[in-house]
Amino acid sequence: MALVRCQDLQKSFVKGRETVEVLDGINLEIQQGDFLALMGPSGSGKTTLLNLIGGLDHPSAGAVEVGGVPLNEMSARQLAKWRAENIGFVFQFYNLLPVLSAQRNVELPLLLTPLSSRQRKANAATALKIVGLEDRAKHKPGELSGGQQQRVAIARAIVADPTLLVCDEPTGDLDRETADEILSLLEVLNQEHGKTIIMVTHDPKAAERAAQVLRMDKGRLAQEAA
Amino acid sequence: MSKLGLLWANLFRRRTRTLLTLLSLLVAMLLFILLRTISLVFTDGSGFSPASVDRLVVAAKYSIIDSLPISALQQIQAVEGVDAVTHAEWFGGVYQDGADFFPKFPVDPKAYFDLHPEFHIDPEQLQAFINTRSGAVAPKDMAEKYGWRIGDKIPIQGDIWGKRDGSRNWEFDLVGLYTGVDEDRSPGVLLLHYDYFDEAREYDSGTTGWFIVRLADGERAAEVANRIDQLFANSSDPTRTSTEAEQQRQFMQQIGDIELMMSGILGAVFFTILLLTGNTMAQSLRERVPELAVLKAVGFGDAAVAALVLGEAVLLCLLGGVLGAALALLVALVIGPGMEQAIGVFEVRATTVAAALGLSAALGLAVGAFPAFRARRLSIIEALRAV
Repeated sequence: MALVRCQDLQKSFVKGRETVEVLDGINLEIQQGDFLALMGPSGSGKTTLLNLIGGLDHPSAGAVEVGGVPLNEMSARQLAKWRAENIGFVFQFYNLLPVLSAQRNVELPLLLTPLSSRQRKANAATALKIVGLEDRAKHKPGELSGGQQQRVAIARAIVADPTLLVCDEPTGDLDRETADEILSLLEVLNQEHGKTIIMVTHDPKAAERAAQVLRMDKGRLAQEAA
Repeated sequence: MSKLGLLWANLFRRRTRTLLTLLSLLVAMLLFILLRTISLVFTDGSGFSPASVDRLVVAAKYSIIDSLPISALQQIQAVEGVDAVTHAEWFGGVYQDGADFFPKFPVDPKAYFDLHPEFHIDPEQLQAFINTRSGAVAPKDMAEKYGWRIGDKIPIQGDIWGKRDGSRNWEFDLVGLYTGVDEDRSPGVLLLHYDYFDEAREYDSGTTGWFIVRLADGERAAEVANRIDQLFANSSDPTRTSTEAEQQRQFMQQIGDIELMMSGILGAVFFTILLLTGNTMAQSLRERVPELAVLKAVGFGDAAVAALVLGEAVLLCLLGGVLGAALALLVALVIGPGMEQAIGVFEVRATTVAAALGLSAALGLAVGAFPAFRARRLSIIEALRAV
């Protein structure tokens, strides 16, 4: 059964007097356990599609289902709760809270759960161990390299054990070597931990690490085998 | 980490800015508590001597600076319901360089102490006061403060009252020391012998400032006050009789509308603090737009993010309030004795501290409301796009 299903998905934005069609009838199915790369030129609608699948935005028309849940029918409040339980986000610029240590950044999503403080700490430590940063738990983001910060962001994304990871240019701000390390980590999460991953990227080398690559242009999809 | 831990961490993101804001809040709360404490003394008349429920004060109807003829004493004494009467006058005067003012009242020594059983004086010293026309008795703490000993001469420069010989140099012999009802509360008044004052003063001989009446029955205060005022209603010296507490309150207000002045000062302070703290919170929000978007992305709802922002403002202001209150209590301990010399009583009340903390929380809500509203409406997509 498909984990993600998009049916005739459309999204438009109003800019001044003009309406810009960003997604123009996307039909897509992503199976559980997939590692999918979304490629395409700037403005092709990759990130918009990712945001809709991640429950960050509502479509203008069409339907998007994740795990059988119709996201387009949910309120903002319901979506927030759903995201906390089902989605892990990884952003290009890590977006860690600079005032918190790595451990506390990872703990953030767990503040919304009924877990005890001790359990939250233990889960965060496990997530940091998975990304290989258990010895940097007390460090603040400013004391970590870009690659380490992205690992912390990945630990934050997986700490609540979500089904789906959505990654928007996760290697866009990293050098080649560090980017490869992050991509290897995503592969491990996909293959060993069974996480379904959707990754937006401009980098063909990053896309090569995915099991499937989809190309987008002008709000439409063109599938191609990896 | 808890949500409170998250609030705390965010609060000290820009340590210098937060500390400076805290400092300004601290000073505002310190001012609030100290000024409010002074203001309460003036508005409820709790300064100087403790008011008695069975004493009335008879003063000139239109202004307490007007005198009353001393002969009125006999007439008041004859009013039904009056048990005893004495009198006192405001002397003013400057001691040394005038830096520390304390009140001085020319009184009838025996009658004054008779009507004020809360004041304690050694009987021999009281007798010396009665017998010595140039005599004076001082509160014990006042004598300690100025290093006076019994037998010393206390020079006072008259400002209201000059002498018949044209000079303004008064000199009194300290013949006794007295204390108030408790040691923490000074009577605060240097008592002078009326006979000497009345004989030597340049003008207004045979008059006094006010009469103090002891009631036979404290529950008939209004009735007796009315009777006294009616007695003098058509005379050249009409009176206004009130309870001692009310008279003290009116006297304090002669200095000016203290409450209005205090309110003006505090209003200006809090308006400035409102702008300053509001600006700090707005700036803090602007810097954190992407972080708030991330919080929303990972599942914090709109209301939860708004509550975090609002909570941060309230926490900041409450922290300033608590520190300000703590400092105010310390300052009150240090300046208390000096203030008590000047205004009789200086005691920070629990209600004043509670009001300061309530005001701090309200300030936090006021300065946090708009940033919280903006945080609530923040679009995750637009905020992340701006990174």
